[in-house]
Amino acid sequence: MDKLKSLKLLMAGLIFYLIVQILSAVGVLNGYFMVIINRSLVFVILAVSLNLINGVTGQFSLGHMGFAAVGAYASGSITTLIFKLSPHHPQDAVVFLIAIIVGGFFAALAGFLIGFPSLRLKGDYLAIVTLGFGEIIRTILNNIPAVGGPRGLLGIPKFSNFTVIFLFTLGTIILIRNLVQSSIGRTMISIRENELASELVGVDTTKYKVLGFVVGAFFAGIGGGLLAHLLQIAHPTQYGFYASALILIMVYVGGIGSLTGSIVAAFSLTFLTEGLRVGIDWLRDTVGIPIGTEWTMVIYAVLLILIMLYKTEGLMGMRESSILVIKEKQG
Amino acid sequence: MKKSYLVALAIVAGTALSFMGCDKNKNVVVGGVAPLTGEAATFGASTKNGYDLAVAEWNAKGGVLGKQVQLVFADDKGDPAEGATVFTKLIEQDKACAVLGTVMSKVSLAGAPICQNAKIPMIATASTNPKVTGVGNYVFRACFIDPFQGTVGAKFAFDDLKAKKAACLFDVGNDYTKGLSEFFKAKFVALGGEVVGFEGHATGTSDFKAQLTKVLASKPDVLYVSDYYADVAIIAKQARELGFKGPLVGGDGWDSPKLTEIAGSAIEGCFFTNHYAKEDKSPIVQEFVKKYSEKYKASPDALAALAYDAANIMLDAIKRAGSTDGAAIQGAMAKTDLRVVTGQVKFDGERNPVKSAVIIEIKGGQQVYKTTVAP
Repeated sequence: MDKLKSLKLLMAGLIFYLIVQILSAVGVLNGYFMVIINRSLVFVILAVSLNLINGVTGQFSLGHMGFAAVGAYASGSITTLIFKLSPHHPQDAVVFLIAIIVGGFFAALAGFLIGFPSLRLKGDYLAIVTLGFGEIIRTILNNIPAVGGPRGLLGIPKFSNFTVIFLFTLGTIILIRNLVQSSIGRTMISIRENELASELVGVDTTKYKVLGFVVGAFFAGIGGGLLAHLLQIAHPTQYGFYASALILIMVYVGGIGSLTGSIVAAFSLTFLTEGLRVGIDWLRDTVGIPIGTEWTMVIYAVLLILIMLYKTEGLMGMRESSILVIKEKQG
Repeated sequence: MKKSYLVALAIVAGTALSFMGCDKNKNVVVGGVAPLTGEAATFGASTKNGYDLAVAEWNAKGGVLGKQVQLVFADDKGDPAEGATVFTKLIEQDKACAVLGTVMSKVSLAGAPICQNAKIPMIATASTNPKVTGVGNYVFRACFIDPFQGTVGAKFAFDDLKAKKAACLFDVGNDYTKGLSEFFKAKFVALGGEVVGFEGHATGTSDFKAQLTKVLASKPDVLYVSDYYADVAIIAKQARELGFKGPLVGGDGWDSPKLTEIAGSAIEGCFFTNHYAKEDKSPIVQEFVKKYSEKYKASPDALAALAYDAANIMLDAIKRAGSTDGAAIQGAMAKTDLRVVTGQVKFDGERNPVKSAVIIEIKGGQQVYKTTVAP
């Protein structure tokens, strides 16, 4: 049964991959579409990993992009500053893949360093610490001339493409799903539901909270590394509070605790932003309604408010799509 | 649950549908990028006005290559990731033959590789980071770069203000202000002056007294403040409170009517380097200032002038190229020799414009043209 369910997820992933590749090859999906899809996939990694911290373990992190920054700068430094890789050499791709993983480990280390002392805090206090962490990372990056300081890390080789990002996204979803639906995940959920009660039945709550935090940070680092190698630039201002809030919105719009929700929301919101951009241009140029480009953000915000008013629990609530559920063995 | 999927699917499908059915072959499509929302929104608004004004003028004169120019504008939000998306959109979706923009260096740096790969020429308006045009031969810019402005500021302080000791104050979180101060320092020392203080402050702070006390302790003749106008105004006030009597010198980040409004008398007799002076008597400048003020009920700042120039340089290149082919426009761009609002523009080997800077003095709460400094 377990194997069958993993197979279903892999099949769904494969079908998505093939459809996009075929549509892209015949020219239905142009480069613009591919950029949106690539960004959606990176957001899936970031939202799913934040969901592990905020949704599954029930903590409240406001500095998720801080971990992405660590991953982006660590992997970017390896590929750009140390090895000076070039996308024209196919063999360099191996070093790039390792660099992305190493970036994830650096982010996980940062997650441990921030999580170990601060996860004894609860609720608002933890939120404040993580908010501070995001800003600290940004300030540190601004003050390290070796990685460009406020100019940002420039000239990062473009290794991220649809295939690479897709594989990392699929891997992230599978690993986090397996974690959530293992006994570790159930322990994390018990902390979310009632921390005191789970402590009373012998759960080492700090350990599991730190674990959730570290794993979430690891995947955020992966996401950050992929983004840096897609945009070919890593800039301290990209990882501020605003960016972290965007990921947080995705998690809540999708539904806290639902991985399916995070995936759906990451895609919907990224497409929505671009759809509004094109839609408003169309309204102005074709229909003739005088409406400025800056209104996209207003409409976007109104739509978010409507979603939160009428679907308070998010698009998916706490439910999972059947292909993301590992059923228990019968009998 | 089905409903939720439907909502998501509807958004994706709606986006896909809205992408189709655009017929833009009748016009020459030029992309325009600027941050209309986000931290640099005011710069973006001036920039968009500059593009619009230039394109409207060309269209009134009959367009280019016998067709009307259609400007497809996109907001980059001052974010590199958004920038990469909109540059791709303009090139792939709207089939722009050239792209104007954008303002912030970090966003131009994300957009430049996309233009370079697609062989679509782009001209950044106010991206002063030297690395921007280093991306490739399809990337140009309309403004001078950090080293030039810092160098001009240092030369002016040393030669004209007869300063022997200078101190610098800048924002550590902003590459533009830091770059300017670094180049000022290098030039000032090379000229034989002494930089007695070099202090960064944190982004978004409003108390500069700790840094000011430190740099003013060694009695500098001038204080070089490369910040944006909002910070400069507060720094000027606090420097006067601490008893500093000498002039402050800065860069084009000072160019805003808000500077004198906030700083008042504290900023009197101070100087900054800028792209052009509004009271420059040459007809092209006066005509631009008049048209802009009439259309937008505001006086044009340097960003509007640079955007206007960028659009004119690009459209002039398309006209001379005689086609909308990227390589042809690139070739014509490289041979540009055009008088625009911010000076006579020619491009050097690094595709940076070779043009002069002006020094502006704050006198009686007004910006007064002081002198022009050639490169």
